[in-house]
Amino acid sequence: MKTFKGRIVAPGNVTAEAVVSHAGLNTLASFQGALQFGDKKATCGDQNNPDLYNKQMAGKALCLPQTIGSTTGGLVLYCACAMGRQPAAMLFSMPIDSLAGAGVVIADVWLKDDKAKMVVVDSLGDEFLNYVKDGMSITVKEDGTVEVK
Amino acid sequence: MILTKEQQAILNGEKGETLAKVMESVVRYGELFGAEKLVPVTSKYNHLVTSFGLKMMTPVFDLMQQLIDAGVVSEQKFSVDPRPVDKNVPTNLLQKIVFDVAMYSKQDFYDGQLKALGLMDEKAYTCACYLDQVGNKPQKGEVLSWAESSAVVYANSVLGARCNRNSGIIDIMGSIVGYVPYFGLLTDEGRKATWIIEIKTSKKPEAQLLGSAIGMKVMEDVPYIKGLDKWLGNELNDAACSFLKDFGAATASNGAVGLYHVDGLTPEAVELGESLIAEGAKTYVIDDAELQRVYDSYPVIWKNKDASPKLCFMGCPHMSLEQLKSWTVRVEDALREAGNKKVIVPTVFTSAPAVIEEFNKTEYAARLKATGVIVSYICPLMYMNNPLCKSMPVITSSNKLRTYTTARYYTDEEILKKITKGDK
Repeated sequence: MKTFKGRIVAPGNVTAEAVVSHAGLNTLASFQGALQFGDKKATCGDQNNPDLYNKQMAGKALCLPQTIGSTTGGLVLYCACAMGRQPAAMLFSMPIDSLAGAGVVIADVWLKDDKAKMVVVDSLGDEFLNYVKDGMSITVKEDGTVEVK
Repeated sequence: MILTKEQQAILNGEKGETLAKVMESVVRYGELFGAEKLVPVTSKYNHLVTSFGLKMMTPVFDLMQQLIDAGVVSEQKFSVDPRPVDKNVPTNLLQKIVFDVAMYSKQDFYDGQLKALGLMDEKAYTCACYLDQVGNKPQKGEVLSWAESSAVVYANSVLGARCNRNSGIIDIMGSIVGYVPYFGLLTDEGRKATWIIEIKTSKKPEAQLLGSAIGMKVMEDVPYIKGLDKWLGNELNDAACSFLKDFGAATASNGAVGLYHVDGLTPEAVELGESLIAEGAKTYVIDDAELQRVYDSYPVIWKNKDASPKLCFMGCPHMSLEQLKSWTVRVEDALREAGNKKVIVPTVFTSAPAVIEEFNKTEYAARLKATGVIVSYICPLMYMNNPLCKSMPVITSSNKLRTYTTARYYTDEEILKKITKGDK
C-alpha cells in the first residue's frame, strides 16, 4: 500500500476501485454518449483515450493528470453529478484545471443531494499516477490523504 | 480572496440568495487557482458555449431557470455557440427522429431561456463570434468571461484580450456578477510562454494539423511559436486570421491551450517579443516528419475503414467570409480539373448566420451553390453527437471535429480531392 497526500478540492471519505487515465481526460468526449443515452455506468466514449475507452467511470476512483478539451467540460461534470453518474472520486496528479475546477465548484454549490457527491483531490504528484493501476482499491480521506492498495 | 464591500455584500446574500450562490461559485472557482481578487469584466459582450437543447443537459436548464426566475441575469448581452440542427443539412428519416425526439427535444425551450438570459440577437449563434460580421470582437486588454475553447484561444492570442479557459455555466456567472477571478491568463505572468515551438517545415503547415501537434505536446501551457510568420507573414490579414482561427481551435481541442504567441505576428509577440518566454521554457521542433507522425497517429474508428465518405463537414470552427470565398474558388477549380460539375460527396460548409448573410450578398454564393456545396449555420459537432454517426463515414479537415466524433481527418488538399474527384 502507498499513501499520497493532495489538496482537497471537494472533501469527503470514499473507497472505490481505480480507473486510470495517463493522458488528459477529455470530459465531453468521455461522458457525452453516456449522459445522452442513459448509460448509468458512464462508460467512457473517448476513442482517443486508450486507457479509459469503453471503461466504466461512474462510481470509480478516476485517476488522471487533468481534464482537457471543450469548455463544456465543467457543465458536463455538473450534469454527471446531477444525474448520479459521476465518479466516486476524481484524483488529479496535477493541480486541477479550470474546466474541471468550475464543474466541481458549481456542483458543490448548486447540488445538495448526496447522490451528486463527488470527492475531489488534486496535486497528488506524478508518482501517484505512475503507481496507481486499474482495479486497485483507493481510499480517500477527508484530509486529502489517498491510500492505494 | 479579498473582496470589495460590494462583492462581499452580494456573497452575504444582501442582493438575494440566488445571486449569492452565483458569487460563491465565482469566488470558489477563483480560490481554487489562487486568485486573490476579482476584476471587472470589461468586454461589451459575453460568449457562452452552451447552445444546444440536449436532453442530457436538463440539470443545466434547471439551473438557468433558477437564475431567470430570480431575475438574476447579466447586464451584458452574449453570443452563443451554433445551433445543433439545420434542415438544410442532409439527414435521413431515422436521424431526424433521433435529433428531434431523442436528442434536441429541449431546443425550443432552451432558445427561450437564452433570450431571457440576454442573447444578442437571433444571428448570434456561432463559435466564431469574433468575426467582424457577428460583432462580438473584444479589444486588446479587455477582460472576458467567455467559454468556448476555440473562441477563448482566439480572443487571447489573436486579439490580445484576457480570458481564462472558463467552463460553460461559470461563463455566464462571471458575466452576471460582472467580475471574474484574477488568475492564469488574466495575469502578465500567466501569459508567459513555457514552450518554444520551432517550425521547420518545408511548406506552409496545415493549420489544423500543426495546432493538433502543439496542443497534444504542450497541453494547457502557453507556446511561443517561431518560424510561422515565414508562412503567414507579419500582418493579421483575413487569411492569417482564418489560419490562426483553425490552428487555435486544434490546439485547444487536441490539448487545452488557451493562449499562444506567434513570433512577429500576434499582438503581444509583436509588442513584447521573446521577453514573453519564461525562464526554462522547453523546446518542441516541428518538421515535416513530425507532422506526418501526428497525422498517422489519429485512430480511424469507422466501422468500415475503407468506406466511401457519405458526408463532408468543413467549418469547425465556423468558416470566415474569406474562407467561404476562397473555398468557392478552390472547389470550382478542382471540379473543373476533375471534369465534374458538382461535388461527389455531400458537403456542408458551416459558418455564422451573419457571415452567411454577407456571403449571400456576394457573387460567390451562387457559384458555391452551383457546385452542390451546402452552406449551413449548424454545429457539425452536435450533428455528429449521436450513435447513428458511428456507422456513418464522415470526413472533415477539422481536428476538433475529429477529436470529439467519429469523423475522419484529412488535410484540406485531401478533402478537396475527395469531394471533387473521389479516390481516383
